[in-house]
Amino acid sequence: MSTDVTAKSPAPAPPGGTGSASGGGLLQLMLDGMRRNMRQYGMLIALGLIVAFFAILTDGDLLLPRNVSNLVLQNSYILILAIGMMLVIVAGHIDLSVGSLTAFVGAFAAVLTVQHDVSWPVALVLCLVAGAVAGAAQGFFIAYLGIPSFIVTLAGMLVFRGVTEILLEGQTLGPFPDGLQKMGNGFLPETGPETNYHNITLLLGFAMIAFVVIQEMRDRGRQKEFALDVAPRNIFLLKLVAISAALLTVTMLLASYKGAPIILLVLGALVVGYGYLMRNSVFGRHIYAIGGNLPAAKLSGVKDKKVTFLVFVNMGVLAALAGLAIAARLNAASPKAGLSYELEAIASAFIGGASMSGGVGTVLGAIIGGLVLGVLNNGMNLLSVGTDWQQVIKGLALLAAVGFDVWNKRKVGS
Amino acid sequence: MAGPVLEMRSIVKTFPGVKALSDVTLTVRQGEVHAICGENGAGKSTLMKVLSGVHPHGSYEGEILFEGEECHFKDIRASEQRGIVIIHQELALSPYLSLAENIFLGNEHAKGGFIDWRETLRHATELLRRVGLDDHPETRVTDIGVGKQQLVEIAKALSKKVKLLILDEPTAALNDEDSGKLLDLILELKKQGITSIIISHKLNEIRKVADSVTIIRDGRSIETLDVKAPETTEDRIISGMVGRDLDHRFPERTPHEAEVGAAPALEIRDWTVLHPIDHQRKVVDGVSINVRRGEIVGIAGLMGAGRTELAMSVFGRSYGRYAGGTVLKDGTEIRTKSVAEAVKNGIAYVTEDRKHYGLNLIDTINRNISLTALAKVAKRGVVDEHEERQVAERYRKTMNIKAPTVFEPVGKLSGGNQQKVVLSKWIFAGPDVLILDEPTRGIDVGAKYEIYTVIDKLAAEGKAVVFISSELPELLGMCDRIYTMAAGRLTGEFPRAEATQESLMRQMTKDKEVTR
Repeated sequence: MSTDVTAKSPAPAPPGGTGSASGGGLLQLMLDGMRRNMRQYGMLIALGLIVAFFAILTDGDLLLPRNVSNLVLQNSYILILAIGMMLVIVAGHIDLSVGSLTAFVGAFAAVLTVQHDVSWPVALVLCLVAGAVAGAAQGFFIAYLGIPSFIVTLAGMLVFRGVTEILLEGQTLGPFPDGLQKMGNGFLPETGPETNYHNITLLLGFAMIAFVVIQEMRDRGRQKEFALDVAPRNIFLLKLVAISAALLTVTMLLASYKGAPIILLVLGALVVGYGYLMRNSVFGRHIYAIGGNLPAAKLSGVKDKKVTFLVFVNMGVLAALAGLAIAARLNAASPKAGLSYELEAIASAFIGGASMSGGVGTVLGAIIGGLVLGVLNNGMNLLSVGTDWQQVIKGLALLAAVGFDVWNKRKVGS
Repeated sequence: MAGPVLEMRSIVKTFPGVKALSDVTLTVRQGEVHAICGENGAGKSTLMKVLSGVHPHGSYEGEILFEGEECHFKDIRASEQRGIVIIHQELALSPYLSLAENIFLGNEHAKGGFIDWRETLRHATELLRRVGLDDHPETRVTDIGVGKQQLVEIAKALSKKVKLLILDEPTAALNDEDSGKLLDLILELKKQGITSIIISHKLNEIRKVADSVTIIRDGRSIETLDVKAPETTEDRIISGMVGRDLDHRFPERTPHEAEVGAAPALEIRDWTVLHPIDHQRKVVDGVSINVRRGEIVGIAGLMGAGRTELAMSVFGRSYGRYAGGTVLKDGTEIRTKSVAEAVKNGIAYVTEDRKHYGLNLIDTINRNISLTALAKVAKRGVVDEHEERQVAERYRKTMNIKAPTVFEPVGKLSGGNQQKVVLSKWIFAGPDVLILDEPTRGIDVGAKYEIYTVIDKLAAEGKAVVFISSELPELLGMCDRIYTMAAGRLTGEFPRAEATQESLMRQMTKDKEVTR
């Protein structure tokens, strides 16, 4: 039995022995906190190293505003899938069908808008509903009939891929109406005076930083209200500065090119929303509970079947969203869209600290895992490494990340 | 009678933190059936694991002599080569292989790595005959009943040229008819010269098959009695099993006077549960019990008595198949078909197996405590983490859970502290009735006292407590009233004043001829 602590996302980390530390033991406190969240910080550091590595090898090309913008656009759909996959994996299941499902939804969108001239907002809603129905169908077999998710979604993978080819008759279908295209390729509109930066993006970035700071301070206030130990002031400040700096960097990078991609905003909302859901909602807690110890969760009155079912419905909706993003970006529905994306999403979740046996994993972890893969992809593309070697390296990266995890756990002793 | 075939001298076996066997000496004569009996946790199974090499030589102290030679078994294979075969409580057959394949598993009739099917089938048929089975050797194990599976295990043992057969509670999972057949077979094998050790706490069985019985208590061998001798009565065996004094291991309690007239907080009537797979077997058979507010009611019973099964079945049908019975709360009938319904009706069940059924070991203390009653720290489906943490901190202090913070994963805590977390979790759910299943199993004496204090306080606050335990002293020390169960049935009810270890054990070892 593992005792991974990544089940909780990086909390306003309450240090082990407060009181004793005021100013002098700052470093010690930080190290303590990091040790407790080894997995998360480990991957964050690894991500930083990988970014630095490619930034140096590409003479800084990796961090050019245009490339950062591209990186977001290219990886957004994997990240969306990874969020849903994390929920599935935490619940103790797997979903192999999402790659095919994205293709199916793309095809469905094309049939609606291109062949039948359905207006794009209506098509968008219908597509999300289609995703939910597909997820519900699989969830029903898994949760209520007790068929293993591996089998059900393997079947789904074949079925959805097949239906896609039937719908498209083996052809690519496009182009999409403007509204949908924007979803994959669009950027925030621009107004205001001529600065060298994208004004709206800058404003949005500043607003977000302000929001995060206020939120953190309120949180700290609430902790004091409940008479709980809080992290020392300088640790807290350090954390605020670090978060603000990171947000500011990304904002400036994006603002100096075309601004924030629309899909990034969608993704950002999803990360915040699902992070909150997993950590603070009753539903999220129940997902961890059934994945961590199903019999115990049942005996605690958790409605395990309903929770499992909803997790798969949710995966279906997110897969539909990702499918729309892919189709919009390619500006066409292709029968081969989303091929093996399920594996990338699963790899992201595991690199990001999910446990094969369920019960462990965070949304933020999945995003970090997805970014590791994305930066590897992008960096190797910039260096013109062939796809053959890219696969080898990504495979080894997955093995190394999880191997490190296993080794680290064994060292700590569980 | 012949001389000893097996001598185990001064065996001491220590697990981290626990002394499972502190001084056991066992002498088994050639050709006899030797029973070992003792309470749950007395060390019977550990002793047999030492003998069969599951705990290898070097991991225990003392010496083992088999057929006059000292033995140093390093694993099960080594002991089997000497002709010592153990049949565990949980059968070790592979369900989708045939009887013949199972009998020779790891010991195949083969030529050059390929199975000799003709010889396998011939030999299997012969062995199955010897244990009284006429099923075809190519039948899959899963297609025959548990009783027959037990016989297949014995056939497997015979194929290994067994000299000493060890059976660990062989009839615990069997119905009357199958038990009878199995016991007859043991006597038949005895005629063929095979020595057997049978672990059992069913006294009528011991009387039927055994020649002598060794009693083990608290990791020590107490005495060996000749079963056939007239002075070896059931009472004699029982007093050997329980003989120990009650000391001050329990908080002082003023026994609760049941108020007359008021309906019991919880009443279970005629509850019957069938085995989840074998629907012929009644695991709980027409049991009726009740408990009042402020009262602690014990349920005593040995392994297989059906206590846990009763509790789990009442608590949201979490075990087996329901086959009748009603639950009344304060005199009105309630539904407890799902755990959620049971919890809503103010019932809590604290499991005996906290690691598998009680806790999410990879999650933190605060999240484990809040799980059953998340709504109490949540508004509109959103958990207030700070309030949750405050609740957890409160329990950490009042229950004295030893952990640096409430963010510690529960898996890292000691057994006693884990138990306090489970209790906190259910107390936080705010029930009126708590069913505590072996709440002090596997925890040290100090923590036990703390748990007793908590239970006492719960009763004093007016909660109704059902206390399931295998440890008689703890039931006698804590309960106002004690029920006894045996083989799925209620066999007795004792007010605190009338209960003694001997009177309880007598009802607990009663097998079938039931009195209400």
